[in-house]
Amino acid sequence: MTLVMQILVDGFVISSLYALGAIGFTIIFGVSGVLNLAHGGILVVAAMVAWYMGANLGLGVYPACLVGILAGIVMAYLTYYLVVSPIERSRRIPAEEKEIFILTATLLWGIMIQEMLAYIFSSNPISVPRLVPGITNVFGVHTPTNELAIGVVSWLVILGLWFFVNKTRFGKAILAASINPRGVSLLGFELSSIHRLVWGLYGLLAGLAGVLLATFIGASPTNVGDLTASAFIIVILGGLGSVPGSLLAAYIIGFIETLTAYLSDPSYRTLPALFMLIIVIYLRPQGLFGRR
Amino acid sequence: MKEYRKSGRGLALGAGLALALGAAVGFSPISAHAAAKAPIKIGVIAPFSAIDGISIVNAAEMATDDINAHGGIDGRKIELLKYDDHASAADGVRAFQRAVKQDHVVAVVGTFISEVALAVEPWAARLHEPFLITGAASDQITNLVREHYAQYKYVFHANLNSTFLGDVVCAQSHAILVKDFHYKTAVVMSENAAWTKPLDDEYLKCLPKAGLKVVDHIRFSPNTTDFTPIFNKIEDTHANVIITGIAHVGVKPTIQWHDQQVPALLAGWSSQAGASTFWKDTNGATEGVITGNLGAPGAALTPKSNPFSSAYVKRYKTTPAYNSYTTFDAFYILKDAIERAHSTKANALVSALEKTNYVGTIGREQFYGRTAKYAHGFKFGKGYVTGVAIQWQDGQQKIIWPTHAATAKPILPKWLKPKK
Repeated sequence: MTLVMQILVDGFVISSLYALGAIGFTIIFGVSGVLNLAHGGILVVAAMVAWYMGANLGLGVYPACLVGILAGIVMAYLTYYLVVSPIERSRRIPAEEKEIFILTATLLWGIMIQEMLAYIFSSNPISVPRLVPGITNVFGVHTPTNELAIGVVSWLVILGLWFFVNKTRFGKAILAASINPRGVSLLGFELSSIHRLVWGLYGLLAGLAGVLLATFIGASPTNVGDLTASAFIIVILGGLGSVPGSLLAAYIIGFIETLTAYLSDPSYRTLPALFMLIIVIYLRPQGLFGRR
Repeated sequence: MKEYRKSGRGLALGAGLALALGAAVGFSPISAHAAAKAPIKIGVIAPFSAIDGISIVNAAEMATDDINAHGGIDGRKIELLKYDDHASAADGVRAFQRAVKQDHVVAVVGTFISEVALAVEPWAARLHEPFLITGAASDQITNLVREHYAQYKYVFHANLNSTFLGDVVCAQSHAILVKDFHYKTAVVMSENAAWTKPLDDEYLKCLPKAGLKVVDHIRFSPNTTDFTPIFNKIEDTHANVIITGIAHVGVKPTIQWHDQQVPALLAGWSSQAGASTFWKDTNGATEGVITGNLGAPGAALTPKSNPFSSAYVKRYKTTPAYNSYTTFDAFYILKDAIERAHSTKANALVSALEKTNYVGTIGREQFYGRTAKYAHGFKFGKGYVTGVAIQWQDGQQKIIWPTHAATAKPILPKWLKPKK
């Protein structure tokens, strides 16, 4: 019974964090068609800035995390203005090749971020102090309260995002842009403004996921590739551009990994998800809820 | 290799000026006297971005400056050449080849990761280059020397090997965990790496003799991102203490152990916890953690211990790691050997190194003979290197073992109680 509860609690926390990390990744693809392979880099920048502000500049944990989230937003905009937008606007790159150019450029940008972080902060793992100290006994499972808080914050943000997208004018514009960009333009919305808004939203989500990750299992520049790969696997499984698909996929991946870690060996936790990805690509390439 | 750096950049300029001056006054620019006073090049290889890597480089810099400030080696200055192996065997081998073939160093000192040291070792044999290993601990290092002495005689293990590290922890465990805390059960938890195989074998042998029954043995990947399942499994065993063998990792398991308030003390060998930066790296989660080390600030193991650690802290604003002590001493061992051999030639140096009898910062340092089980390894035990145990208490590293060097009594983290 304890083992089942351990798996349920840990699975819930890690899956919620995965969902938060992947949801921005899938929105960016859904709205602007960009697969941002620098995603892990943005998460780690947010984590390391929050750590630096707390450990070296003496900021409290909450202000440090806010600065970390801000760094996530800044990095998202840098990615957009320095890497993505110049390719999108380029007349020398044929339209049909732009996707692959952006894919390659963001991959290289992610590597640059990783190398810059390692140069500035070293590759040693860092950790941000817990947002909520203490231990909570969940049906006999000794769980750090911070982990439960991460699960709750993740879901509050996801619900807030749902509310924003479905109930506000800007949110509805984003939703419409993901379905029919041309139609949205004809209705008088400027598509580039929507893209800018979405990149800001993405930075907020990625920054928050980065700092929460840093309070849970820590972060290091060497995690950049792994974090991008996790988000990539989740959105492929869920269906590129599908938010509900990404949420479901995050929980499937999170629980499979947790089950593997508890029932087999923590060293193998990422393997079943990778096998699953291969099977999904063969049997249902559009993913669980994919539109494209 | 962009990480390759030379200390003493003025040397090239100085050499150029000397050549110009020599030519101007009509002398041969390379006189016998000038050659004799040319600097002695020594290489140091380590992963610069690791806590236990930069500690090697720092100690090498300190030893170089210290020796040079006191007249050098037989009047010749040391020129230190530094190479970053990025904790990679391939980079380590490339660095070693460059140090020997291109930069013509007389000896190489380093490195941290056993897998890197073991990859470099055959190159020390092939290139006939003295290689003093000061950070890696695998027993395999000296096995190769014993089994293939003629080829591998150039390798010296200027550090305690993994089996001895296990013995250090068992002696500490008996004195602290069994006698003071009345602990009876332990889980052995080590990262899966070359150095922990003999370490774990020794733990499993000597912990029961020390009074701790081993109820589980866990080996985890150094890439493990979440230790929650491992700690939950340990909690289910109701063990009193977790005896670790960790060096490649350290921050993550320590933070998660603290945050989860795992009801078992964290003790054993946690190399990163030996450096004072570990407190900041773990946001203080290392409070209460006990780790073996070869030396520590305040532990007057020899008259050289505290002057070294004080100077290190003053210069680098962090305490020396275990391999800072061994690296600093390795440079003095080399100096001593070169002066006795009156030569920097490899074979003469090997013969002199084999006769080392040097009181360093962590004890009397001698190497076992060629037929010994740990050929060319540091001698371990009373009268030689014995190690210490430190515990993090209120943000400071306190020495809690051996008793004669102790600066504090062992304590338990707030959520743990001694057994009755």
